[in-house]
Amino acid sequence: MNSVESKPNVKFKSVTILSNTEISPNVFLLSFKRDFAFRAGQVLGIAVSSNDDARLYSIASGENDENISLLYNIKPGGKLTPNLAILRPDDTLWITVPFGTYAGSDEPAYWIAAGTGIAPFYSMYRSGLGSNKILIHGSRTLDAFYFSDELLTDFGSRYVRCCSQQEGEGTYHGRVTQYLEALDNLPEDQKYYLCGSAEMVVECREILLSKGVPFSNVVAEIYF
Amino acid sequence: MSFAETIVPKEHLLGKTLPDLKRIAAKLGLPAFVAAQIAYWLYKTNIQSYDEMTNISKKVRLLLAEHYDLGVSDPVKVQQSADGTKKYLFPVSSHKFIETAFIPDARRNTLCVSSQVGCKMGCLFCATGRQGFQAQLSAGQIINQLRSIPEREQITNIVFMGMGEPFDNAEEVMKAQEILTAAYGFELSARKVTVSTIGIVPAMEVFLRESKCNLAVSMHSPFDEERRKLMPIQHVYPIKDVIDTINRADLGKYRRVSIEYIVFGELNDTQKHVKELARLLNKTRCRINLIRFHPVPNVPLPPTNEDRLVEFQRALNEKGIVTTIRASRGLDIDAACGLLSTKALIQRENGDF
Repeated sequence: MNSVESKPNVKFKSVTILSNTEISPNVFLLSFKRDFAFRAGQVLGIAVSSNDDARLYSIASGENDENISLLYNIKPGGKLTPNLAILRPDDTLWITVPFGTYAGSDEPAYWIAAGTGIAPFYSMYRSGLGSNKILIHGSRTLDAFYFSDELLTDFGSRYVRCCSQQEGEGTYHGRVTQYLEALDNLPEDQKYYLCGSAEMVVECREILLSKGVPFSNVVAEIYF
Repeated sequence: MSFAETIVPKEHLLGKTLPDLKRIAAKLGLPAFVAAQIAYWLYKTNIQSYDEMTNISKKVRLLLAEHYDLGVSDPVKVQQSADGTKKYLFPVSSHKFIETAFIPDARRNTLCVSSQVGCKMGCLFCATGRQGFQAQLSAGQIINQLRSIPEREQITNIVFMGMGEPFDNAEEVMKAQEILTAAYGFELSARKVTVSTIGIVPAMEVFLRESKCNLAVSMHSPFDEERRKLMPIQHVYPIKDVIDTINRADLGKYRRVSIEYIVFGELNDTQKHVKELARLLNKTRCRINLIRFHPVPNVPLPPTNEDRLVEFQRALNEKGIVTTIRASRGLDIDAACGLLSTKALIQRENGDF
């Protein structure tokens, strides 16, 4: 989830940035110390000035992690991200309280993400919900499988990387939608969590529905 | 070595508010009254070129043309329904198109305008949502949907219920509603302009504070869990917060709030729903507009049951909520609610997967 203005009447508080690292071309992971509780899958409103409108980003760290991390890509001409990307450690970031109900559970499920849409699932995984999940991550390039070292270690064969524009060892060459199309016998009684752009979410949802998954088992989060 | 000329598209004048035009006049070293003259030609007439701005000197017209395009463009296609509804297709850039519906009836002529190419909201029941999101419309591209149709002079009502979520493009929509209602613009009464949202709370707060136009909210279910399955936005802006936002606003005497409610047979038309709607809207001055579900291919939602629809309306009215059923118009040309889509015309661009 990203890029929507948050509630203007919600008060910001300031936090001090610990790190703001470009982990892939134009994609950054920003961290600051956690001093509040949240549920994995929730979003934060953030701004570089307390006078700005907040934009929403999914938290990309575990409920018990020491720091809060946010994964974002630079949108050329955007109001927030070009200014966010130049912030350095010890600079100030303004945040809202965490909110939202896109929450995971400890039931078996599929987590299906595209691009920076991996963030809420990484948060759920870091919060101990990953052991019975199948994680499918789609991206255009091989350098966009964020957190893949850690995910590969813990998920093993339950972690599927679909790369549409490059071929790589251990990755499926094609769109995440093509990968889903080719799957047979998808369990109809499990939840399918989706997070990514509107195109990705609606296309994946359509494929799941066509394979007999009831719409009540498709849990969608969208970027906007 | 070759030198390729880069053509930077000029900004459009259509869609500029009067304050915007004054800034432009100042930037070009023109007297402030030129701004009002330009606004007149843009919004009170249907001129197609600078040459027709006869009370502006040729020198100034050339200066304007050097820096700005007028920004008017005709629809490239029109379809007409058996019931008189028309659907216009406008190109907004290469391979990106929007649709606009003109809906005449005995008492009013309504224009249903789009605010985005596609939509990011991903609502399960909506054809526009299924094409994903391609682009934001500028205020000029929104205004052009009214300015450039032959029925322009007959339009009595504007509804922002076409493609897109208006409050995901709030800045341009706010400009457009100003131009539609301002004395320098189309001078429509704010009571005749309705902006419809799925409930993006921060932008709604701004709209309720700064505009006098009517508000419509797409609810479709009063229950959290059920609404989440139909509309992903519920994860972030629950309907309860949306209603609280309306309740906190000063609506004045005449401003109208409608709750839009697509009725799916035996899914969201039960007594339980009637009770919860009455509870949720207990303090809200609004009416409910029931909409028949217009089936979208491969969407596993049940069609409206006519008997249950009428019973649902009766039960809600009995609870004291003024409830109407919206006529389905333009079904045969896919112009009815939730059916607008330009998916077939889009050339796919690289997304995030």
